[in-house]
Amino acid sequence: MGFEFHTTSLQAAVNWARKWSLFQYPFVTACCGMEFMSVAASKYDIARFGAEFPRFSPRQADLLIIVGTITERQGPALRRIYDQMCEPKWVVAFGVCASTGGFYQNYGTMPGADQVVPVDVYIPGCPPRPEQVLDGLMLLQDRIQKGEGHSQITIAAERGYDVPIAAIRPKELKGP
Amino acid sequence: MSDSNDHDSHLVPPTRRVVLGFKDAEDLDVPDLPTEPLPLNMGPSHPAMHGTVRMVLEVEGEKISTADIQIGYLHRCFEKESEAATYTQIFPYTDRLNYISPMLNNIGYAMAVEKLLGISDELPERVKYIRVIVGELARISDHLTCLGASAMELGAFTVFLYALKAREWLFELLEEICGARLTVSYMRIGGVAADMTEEWGAQLLAVLPRVREVMSDISKLLDRNRIFRDRMDGIGIITKEDALAYGITGPVGRSTGLAYDVRKDHPYLVYDRFDFDVPVGSVGDNFDRYAVRVEEILQSMRIIEQAVPTIPAGRFMHPDPRVTLPPKSETYNSIEAMIAHFKLIMDGIHVPPGEIYSFTEAGNGELGFYIVADGTGRPWKCRVRPPCFPATAVLGKVLPGLFIADVVPTFGMINMIGGECDR
Amino acid sequence: MAQIVLDRLTAQFSGGEIIEVGSSRGNEWARIKREAWVTVCKFLRDDPATKMDMFIDLTAVDRMGLRTFPEDAPRFDVVLHLYSVGHKHRVRLYCGVPEEDPSVDTLVSVWEGVNWFEREAYDLYGVRFKGHPDLRRILMYPEFVGHPLRKDYPKEKRQPLVRRQAGTRE
Repeated sequence: MGFEFHTTSLQAAVNWARKWSLFQYPFVTACCGMEFMSVAASKYDIARFGAEFPRFSPRQADLLIIVGTITERQGPALRRIYDQMCEPKWVVAFGVCASTGGFYQNYGTMPGADQVVPVDVYIPGCPPRPEQVLDGLMLLQDRIQKGEGHSQITIAAERGYDVPIAAIRPKELKGP
Repeated sequence: MSDSNDHDSHLVPPTRRVVLGFKDAEDLDVPDLPTEPLPLNMGPSHPAMHGTVRMVLEVEGEKISTADIQIGYLHRCFEKESEAATYTQIFPYTDRLNYISPMLNNIGYAMAVEKLLGISDELPERVKYIRVIVGELARISDHLTCLGASAMELGAFTVFLYALKAREWLFELLEEICGARLTVSYMRIGGVAADMTEEWGAQLLAVLPRVREVMSDISKLLDRNRIFRDRMDGIGIITKEDALAYGITGPVGRSTGLAYDVRKDHPYLVYDRFDFDVPVGSVGDNFDRYAVRVEEILQSMRIIEQAVPTIPAGRFMHPDPRVTLPPKSETYNSIEAMIAHFKLIMDGIHVPPGEIYSFTEAGNGELGFYIVADGTGRPWKCRVRPPCFPATAVLGKVLPGLFIADVVPTFGMINMIGGECDR
Repeated sequence: MAQIVLDRLTAQFSGGEIIEVGSSRGNEWARIKREAWVTVCKFLRDDPATKMDMFIDLTAVDRMGLRTFPEDAPRFDVVLHLYSVGHKHRVRLYCGVPEEDPSVDTLVSVWEGVNWFEREAYDLYGVRFKGHPDLRRILMYPEFVGHPLRKDYPKEKRQPLVRRQAGTRE
């Protein structure tokens, strides 16, 4: 991406606060959940990023971490949880199954969680090593700081900030 | 099942029953208010990190009157994928069945195919010892994860951190022997993927006393903890008759009093050479399941401590060229070995037609593999008999009569792993 | 190892209910006629010499196209595994179920635990169990059409419930 809409230093400060206090909703389904537990435990401490306390209600969370395989049956539940979160919200696809379906190509598995929710950061791995997860988390923090998360761009577009044409949803493009 | 109206009558003073509004408190003047049952949906995404399951409960007040357990939210089509994959390509799929003890699934599947091939008696001794050692490591990490996650759901976050600290040590050991922490795919048909070294054995023996210390810390925190006991004692009782009718084995089955452990009753690999006990419960409640798992961790450590010093030297793969890949030095230098390598990878190991049901003791109980082979390199059917599937089914019978809050420890101690239950 | 089970079966049922018995690779098996399914299972559970009190597994096999299987045999096989905790022996029972009428009696009255296993066989193979208290899909969602583990269901045919708008941030 690489665009930046007009950020005031207030906006930068707000983004700084947001990235260091992520309230995560761990949507744990499968084996990646075990590595998620490892990341949250004492050795690969996610608490040093301020993101340690899982909020098990989507109303109180701003980071949806999709951990593990999403099946077709799970799709409506995932979409509903995403819709219930308040903006700004970010989505991280943890593991290859959540990113692209992994090595499951069958009638039951959805080929990636981005079939139902827009994903900001994809963390590959089966399961990803905890260091990889923390790397993905730091990438997400960069995105949050620059205001490049999907939900942040949507808010910026709605508020009339100057965003590049490519960042706007197609149906919003006006013109001849 | 259990008459939950007075499951805690010996602990709770009568005034509490007044607050909860039980109708059988005779000395009360409670007005007969109109009530109706409330349908309550728990899941499919809920804090119990044990897999996705949806429980549609009908509650009256806090008491559950019916429970409909709906699984299938992690159905990743293991059987359909197995029908399209060669026998060796199925190993990663078996890893992700019971994903907290993947080695045990690998071992179960490898043994099933080896029985079909008829080579299970000819396996090198070293292979059998390595399988026992890493299998018991996987069992320890399975029970640690179950205890840690369940304790966290009850509020004991420290126990979770302790258990995961111990599990990290085991993961590091597994990573050293096969390259992956969790989804190992370490077994092959006819042996293991890489050999075990002396240093690894020594490191393993050095880690075990530290794990014992962690277990003793956890026991000190939980065994006589008033809150823990109140929430686990007498809750979620499964009877021995139900365990038989449903086919519940493993720690859950043994907690009911059913003394059945595949390692003792039908010894496989080299389990009959080691001296270990199998804990059997008596009441069948949540605390029994917890106690059986704690004791099983200690017994698994006993097995490892006997196995590592006595492991014989030898090959780590069966030498049959129809089953084992040729060594790389030959593959790159002789045409026969290269073609053998090519055929084994592309076509798969040709298993003669037939059927087998092979069973081992996995983390949750008797893990069965029913394989139908048709003579090609891909199975016709590869069914997994999941040990936690009947344990989850019996919840539909156990939950009615309990409170909503009792669902959390009961479900946690059943240890339903989504990958195994839904396959 | 479990030859006693097969002997007791052939001794008790002589009216053609037992089509075939055999033993291969250490597994003893018997093929039962569809009409006698529940009777044979009840006998195995109650007879003191066999005492198959533990139910292990029930599944189905789709043998369409399996070249080691005779062409005129019924398409599906319902396969049942039983175990006796007291005698420590096992047996596998087969029951052929044709494609035109894929149904067999339920075993819920014999072992309660077959409930979910029969639901799974119905869900994935389409075999109906007559008399089952609650025969509905268990692993697939109710809107799913078809029985996925049948050999004629393509592996990658998805039936998605929800998809988001492509190319948007929604």
